[in-house]
Amino acid sequence: MTFTTFIQHCLTGISLGGAYALIAIGYTMVYGILLLINFAHADIFMMAGYFMIFAMSSLPWFISIPVVIIVTIALGLAVEGAAYRPLRMAPRMSIMISAIGMSYLLQNLAIYLFSALPRAYPTIEPLKQNFKIGEVSASLVTFLTPVLTIVLVVLLMQLIKRTKIGMAMRAVSRDYDTSKLMGIKINRVIRFTFIIGSALAAIGSILYFTDRMSVTPFSGLMPGLKCFVAAVLGGIGSIPGAVIGGFFIGISETFLIAFGYSTFSDAFTFLLLIVILVIRPTGLLGETITEKV
Amino acid sequence: MKKDFSKATRLILSLMAMVGIFFLLFWLEGQKSQYGMLISVMQKGVILSIAAVSMNLLTGFTGLFSLGQAGFMAIGAYVTGILTIPVDRVDSVYYVNGMSEGLKSFKETLAVLPSPVLVALALIAGGLVAAIFAGLVGIPVLRLKSDYLAIATLGFAEIIRAVIASPQLDKITNGSYGIKAIPGFDLGNGRGMLLIPFGVAFLCIGLIVLLIKSSYGRAFKAIREDDIAAEAMGIGLFKHKQLSFIISSFFTAISGGLLAMFMRSIESRAFQIILTYDILLIVVIGGIGSITGSVVGAFLVTFAKEWWLRFFDTPLTINGVQIPLLRQGFRMVVFSVLLMAIVLFYRKGLLGNTEFSWYGFLTWPSRFFKRKKPVSATPGEGGAGDE
Amino acid sequence: MKKFISVFLALIMVFGVVAIGSPATVEAADEKVIKIGVFEPVTGENGGGGFQELLGIRYGHELFPTVEIDGEEYQIELIEVDNKSDRTEAASAVQTLLAQNVSVVIGSYGSGVSIAAGELFNDAQVPAIAPSATNPQVTFDNDFYFRVCFLDPFQGSVMAQFAKEEGATKAAVITQLGDDYSAGLGNFFLRAFEEGGGEIVANEQFQTNQTDFKAILTNIKAVEPDVIFAPSSITTAPLLIKQARELGIEATIMAGDTWENQSIIDNAGAEAEGVCVSTFFDENDTDNPAAKDFVEGFKEFLNAEEEYLTKNGGDGVAAVSALGYDAYCVAVEAIKAANSTDSVAIRDALVDLVYEDGVTGSISFDENGDANKDMAYIKIVEDGTFKFLKTVTVGGDEAEADD
Repeated sequence: MTFTTFIQHCLTGISLGGAYALIAIGYTMVYGILLLINFAHADIFMMAGYFMIFAMSSLPWFISIPVVIIVTIALGLAVEGAAYRPLRMAPRMSIMISAIGMSYLLQNLAIYLFSALPRAYPTIEPLKQNFKIGEVSASLVTFLTPVLTIVLVVLLMQLIKRTKIGMAMRAVSRDYDTSKLMGIKINRVIRFTFIIGSALAAIGSILYFTDRMSVTPFSGLMPGLKCFVAAVLGGIGSIPGAVIGGFFIGISETFLIAFGYSTFSDAFTFLLLIVILVIRPTGLLGETITEKV
Repeated sequence: MKKDFSKATRLILSLMAMVGIFFLLFWLEGQKSQYGMLISVMQKGVILSIAAVSMNLLTGFTGLFSLGQAGFMAIGAYVTGILTIPVDRVDSVYYVNGMSEGLKSFKETLAVLPSPVLVALALIAGGLVAAIFAGLVGIPVLRLKSDYLAIATLGFAEIIRAVIASPQLDKITNGSYGIKAIPGFDLGNGRGMLLIPFGVAFLCIGLIVLLIKSSYGRAFKAIREDDIAAEAMGIGLFKHKQLSFIISSFFTAISGGLLAMFMRSIESRAFQIILTYDILLIVVIGGIGSITGSVVGAFLVTFAKEWWLRFFDTPLTINGVQIPLLRQGFRMVVFSVLLMAIVLFYRKGLLGNTEFSWYGFLTWPSRFFKRKKPVSATPGEGGAGDE
Repeated sequence: MKKFISVFLALIMVFGVVAIGSPATVEAADEKVIKIGVFEPVTGENGGGGFQELLGIRYGHELFPTVEIDGEEYQIELIEVDNKSDRTEAASAVQTLLAQNVSVVIGSYGSGVSIAAGELFNDAQVPAIAPSATNPQVTFDNDFYFRVCFLDPFQGSVMAQFAKEEGATKAAVITQLGDDYSAGLGNFFLRAFEEGGGEIVANEQFQTNQTDFKAILTNIKAVEPDVIFAPSSITTAPLLIKQARELGIEATIMAGDTWENQSIIDNAGAEAEGVCVSTFFDENDTDNPAAKDFVEGFKEFLNAEEEYLTKNGGDGVAAVSALGYDAYCVAVEAIKAANSTDSVAIRDALVDLVYEDGVTGSISFDENGDANKDMAYIKIVEDGTFKFLKTVTVGGDEAEADD
């Protein structure tokens, strides 16, 4: 493998990792507060892809992007309200089945509404401009994804550290019942968590699909599971952990494919999950850096 | 005290029902050309009922939420498939890379067995391989908390799928090309297409019921209700969880083996997460914690999905008016809405955690019209299955 | 509440059982019907091509809706099932067909599903005619599977020969893991290209439903091939083409018959220019009168229905539509020759059938059940359409395009 090829692979991996990181944050925040694997998060990400297709068919890209983010947030809140809120006091297993059911529903709904055939993702011209640095060639979005991811995460960390709602989120994730007794409006905090998670999923979906050019109802499934693993790897509840996990999985996946083990690229992620859960269930950054949300 | 018939009456009723069902199946088999669709749906229903009951053993009776069903079914399907392909068809099935010599000669030695024996052995072998895998995986995984367990088993199923499809195993599993030429249900005289799967299912589910009624079953339920209390009472937590997981995987794999025989050709892509979700749907609709519920759910869901509700997927025009909503994919939307509705509003499913009893069955009409207490409220059966 | 639901479900079950008690299709006594099963993907990764093939079959049915058996007029009923491009779905789709007692089956687009279904047709002794499944395994060792198109070993060597004529010495092959068509054709190309003195510099594989080809394309870029041979599905094609160009790969991209589909050009845009494919049929080929009539009639058929036109991507005539039409005609001819609705008799008739009026040339079957065909058309994408480049026959004789 020449140096150029290596750099090109790294670039692909980092870019993929950036998109994974944005999705993983959604998982880690919801788990931190509700102790729930939000299976539907992957499908919200997939739906955001379809929203973009429809938005771009009649609007220019700079209007489409905010529209898609808002619609995705609305979907995230709808899922929370319909599938999770009624079950706040229900047994864990019921909530989990509800989450799986929601994911199943969104997938089937997408098949029904948009058919199982892949849809071409619209080209956002400025993002698709080809960039060349020496022998390494890629479109702008590939370079932009990791940068944007880091910027968004820094902003998010500030939000959680500095604002009142951020403090409430930290409190709820530390102790659900006590914070409720302290007068924190739990439902408001949860709604806010879903807003942030869905908004990041929407941005992640724009970056991810612009690079991959097609959306199917199953596009969310594997990335979703991988991002959950990324969240566990980084330490569930920890935002920097989710980012590190996302980048790690993105890069290792790319190199596995590059070395000809594409069959194992998915399996590797899950093997990683089992190994982490056995060796260090708290993940890389869990507990030690307690930036729990 | 629960009202019921005497033991003898129940036994006679059960025997009568079994003989009746046997003749019904036997008669149906003879009418293959007329009832092809019914037969095929019944086959699939009974096969899935084994998988659903095994999932229920874990989820409903031991309180372990595992999502690895598709993986264990894949193991069962592949082992059964590989062992039962006729030796003379091996080369055309493994046309890309050939079958490994060792495996081939092993199959040649097995070929002396009469085919029903071979099929039975293959199914059991599939179950055993799955059980071994379950045992190995269970050691790290079963110590995890509920939702981690779910995602870890789900991941395990994906690993199995990737390993089966990997080019490195081309000579054994035929990689991602899948296996074909798997013999179907046949007792040699064109018979057995219903009797075999129903017979196997009867055996498997019967064994699971016996297990649940034994002291092990009571230990499982204790773990489900409160694992810390169960441990304090001297129940070996890990040992029992492991046992339940292994047994459940064994029967899931047998269901997978039957599925391979039903489909005649399999590939790793058939065993994706969606398959696990389908079984979960059956268990939830039937009632988490009810064996009868899972069996009824399996038939109900399969019949509705594969047959009665097929028309949901085809546009329908009556008198020139296009009926809205009906088009490709609507059927599955209905099913997922149904699943959500049950989870949200009717968490007990069809049967909650009650089981079939002749008394309940035969007196049901009179109780229904007299509006007495429903069956589920009978004392002595408390404890929700979905906790 | 619970009671009502249980009663409701019980009622459904009772109705279900009653419904099957009376056979679902009650046919009018005076109307004789023979059923032809259509086993095509309309959804899934091959849904686009499968639909085009289906259109050819439907057009054939519109032209010839009846057949005479034993002096009696039989209505032909098409039973269409969707195999969803998925081998598992294929099995249940075949069950559905067989349950309806079809006499003969046409399908499928995509070799993988055809191979999976072959066993079931063979067991049920129902003959099947594949319009465009090119993998040798479809008909091999199966007395009930026939096909009306050429095979992958032929197609692979045609493309290898073509690549060599274009001056290529280094080729890269990209195939889809677990797809019989893609892996098979890639392999035949690879062998033929090496036999012809070329060098295979990369042999990469990707998984079904993979949408990110950057890693494998980066590897390919590093070895600088002259051509890239990437037989795969229609949905994969534009992604592969665009990502290759994005990474700065300038090699000619070539593929097999599946890529002759307008949607690839629509999705890949200007980047599709220069892509070469081999295919079965060219609508501008005027030598064959049957083909000329077909092209005219089929265009009219397409234009009459809005849905057909959009899904077909304009009124271009795809090779698979022509093959679908041919397969239907061959099925009807076989029914006539057998003079029976019995599926085994129809199979026996197929073995000896010679059908001269085929749109894609005369059709007869060899001992495997494969059509004796020895000519392929090579097309190149130019100005947003597929342009006929040349024909190649098995011996290596070729005819250049007139223009």
